[in-house]
Amino acid sequence: MTLTPKHHSKPKLAVYKFSSCDGCQLSILNLEDELLELAGAVDISYFIEATRTVKPGPYDVGLVEGSVTTPHEAERIKQVRNECKYLVALGTCATAGGIQALRNFTKASDLAVKVYPHPEYLHYLETSTPLSAHVTVDLDIWGCPVNKYTVAEVIAALLQNRRPNFPPSPVCLECKRNGTVCVVVAQGTPCLGPVVHGGCGALCPGSGRGCYGCFGPSSQGNFNSLVKMLTPLEHFPGEAALLLRNFAGYAPAFHKAADEALKASAEKEAK
Amino acid sequence: MKTIEVPALARVEGEGGLYIGMQDGKTVEVRLDIYEPPRFFEGFLVDRYLQEVPDITARICGICPVAYQMSSVYALENALGIKVTPEVRRLRRLMYCGEMIESHALHIYLLQAPDLLGQPSALDLAAVAPEVVRNALRLKKAGNAIIKAIGGRSVHPVNACVGGFYRWPDAQPLKALLPELEWGLEAARECVKWSVTLPYPELEIDYEFVALHHPDEYGVIEGEIWSSTGHKISIADYEKSYIEQQVRHSNALHSHTKAGKPYLVGPLARLNLNHEQLLPKAQKAMKDARIKLPLRNTYKSLIARAVELVHFYEEAIALINAYAPEGPAHTELQFKAGEGAGATEAPRGLLYHRYKIDEHGRVQFAKITPPTAQNLPRIEADIEKLVPKLLKMNHEQATLTAEHLVRSYDPCISCATHFLKLKIENVGHA
Repeated sequence: MTLTPKHHSKPKLAVYKFSSCDGCQLSILNLEDELLELAGAVDISYFIEATRTVKPGPYDVGLVEGSVTTPHEAERIKQVRNECKYLVALGTCATAGGIQALRNFTKASDLAVKVYPHPEYLHYLETSTPLSAHVTVDLDIWGCPVNKYTVAEVIAALLQNRRPNFPPSPVCLECKRNGTVCVVVAQGTPCLGPVVHGGCGALCPGSGRGCYGCFGPSSQGNFNSLVKMLTPLEHFPGEAALLLRNFAGYAPAFHKAADEALKASAEKEAK
Repeated sequence: MKTIEVPALARVEGEGGLYIGMQDGKTVEVRLDIYEPPRFFEGFLVDRYLQEVPDITARICGICPVAYQMSSVYALENALGIKVTPEVRRLRRLMYCGEMIESHALHIYLLQAPDLLGQPSALDLAAVAPEVVRNALRLKKAGNAIIKAIGGRSVHPVNACVGGFYRWPDAQPLKALLPELEWGLEAARECVKWSVTLPYPELEIDYEFVALHHPDEYGVIEGEIWSSTGHKISIADYEKSYIEQQVRHSNALHSHTKAGKPYLVGPLARLNLNHEQLLPKAQKAMKDARIKLPLRNTYKSLIARAVELVHFYEEAIALINAYAPEGPAHTELQFKAGEGAGATEAPRGLLYHRYKIDEHGRVQFAKITPPTAQNLPRIEADIEKLVPKLLKMNHEQATLTAEHLVRSYDPCISCATHFLKLKIENVGHA
């Protein structure tokens, strides 16, 4: 994947928002030391949160924050795909459906009744789905929120015509590298660190708590072994499943592991 | 018939649209359309474990996650009947200082100032006034650095919990921020001086201001809910006085006073009601800039944010200087069934939460009233007042002035449920 322009103009960048909290877009504005340099290196052509100026597509790269939760968004993502050469899913909403994908495990209309007196005024889909459920995505950046330096690295890699350098190891290894005492071993605290994509710097164990998986499942995670480890540590039945069924709960690996964890928890209770 | 259509109202958090219908020089209808998709937080919070609530509600808003964490922990602590230690309370205030600084610096310079300086964005502003934008980013970074030092990261920090913090943050990284915060305090004082020189549109409105008030400190966490009408209530009584309703054009709920009137929350309300509790340097900055209260022009919210910027830098410095944590970082929780409300001042205004929990610490019911849901009816009423002025302007100018008004509220549309589409329709003679 490269952005080498065929002509001398700067590559055109577009930043889009779907169903989300704005935190991943904000991570771009939070590149305080790099933002002006970034604005010099790429042509920020579409970024509604930052500017009124909208330059027409097509764009070289589109960063898309958020998941698809409305009929309108399901149409709009196709249009975004058409106008962007490279489509990057920015953050766990875009890569796995986000926290709002908790509706996928129940009936969205039951949730709507709890929040709105007139749910019939609303337009929403029964599920919150990642971009990849609708269009081809060229690159996933995980994180709730994304690590801003990972975003900078992706843009730099595109400009330099190389593969972006992502941390290959899970949160568990980041802990070891930081010299953080393991919260599972030392405190018996349930933690998803062994199966979660690295990139946050193992912040939760560093704060003395278990990882809650906001960077999504790592490709090499042993989920069977994780469930076996977590079940005996539960403070209450279903704790491990809640941990898995959270910000990245709709990612297939977490989805399956949460089902397993519920089963294991029920078996433990039955004994 | 004349129609003005702007594809998107930019530089706000989230997506929505503004519709202004006019006929014979009169307003027919003003509607702030919110099409930010509903995400049903209050629905899926049910059955979650209470200690997950601050992490989940933070995801309502990437700009003010600390506010969501704080309102939820106070509500849940009230439900459990526990009170946190003074050390925990001070660290919570410090984390909140970080969010106020980060959010206000973002809004003053990157979101609102381009309107006052005739630029489409801060990035364009950087081309003509690079120093202004560099300072802005530096001011913002210092706020983020505070949150990061306490919570590991500035967006969705991970250290706050019901009962306090998972662990005390190390003192050294916090103390290391002091020189930068001292710089920020000076830069914030300059920001106040600069803020009063900007060309704000004229629009005086007799607002009802509503904010948290605390007798001993600038109201942010705990205290009473005060109104400029003199109405004072406890946080627990909030829902008796302020009523949330659903309207057809919006995925956000709208709040009114019990008497059915719109009211204003946010920096203007806080400054007008709580200026006596400002720290000395913020008081002095206000006096030196000859700022007279009450401020009744929403465009001048920027001035209130600038004064608050001084205050929160000043408070952050004092809190870090005094930081010497002792004892446990959190209170151990004993679960029991209960109900509790909590309210804190998000950068854009009062944020109210209420939860019911069962004896296992599971959420049975959640209610969240964000600041923007409270301000939406007020914004619509303001636009209506603005219409006679808009009619005297050309379309480009009218559109910008209306957009600017919406932006001055610093609406957080993801919170309130999203891209504002501005459409001014002139249905008849103008």
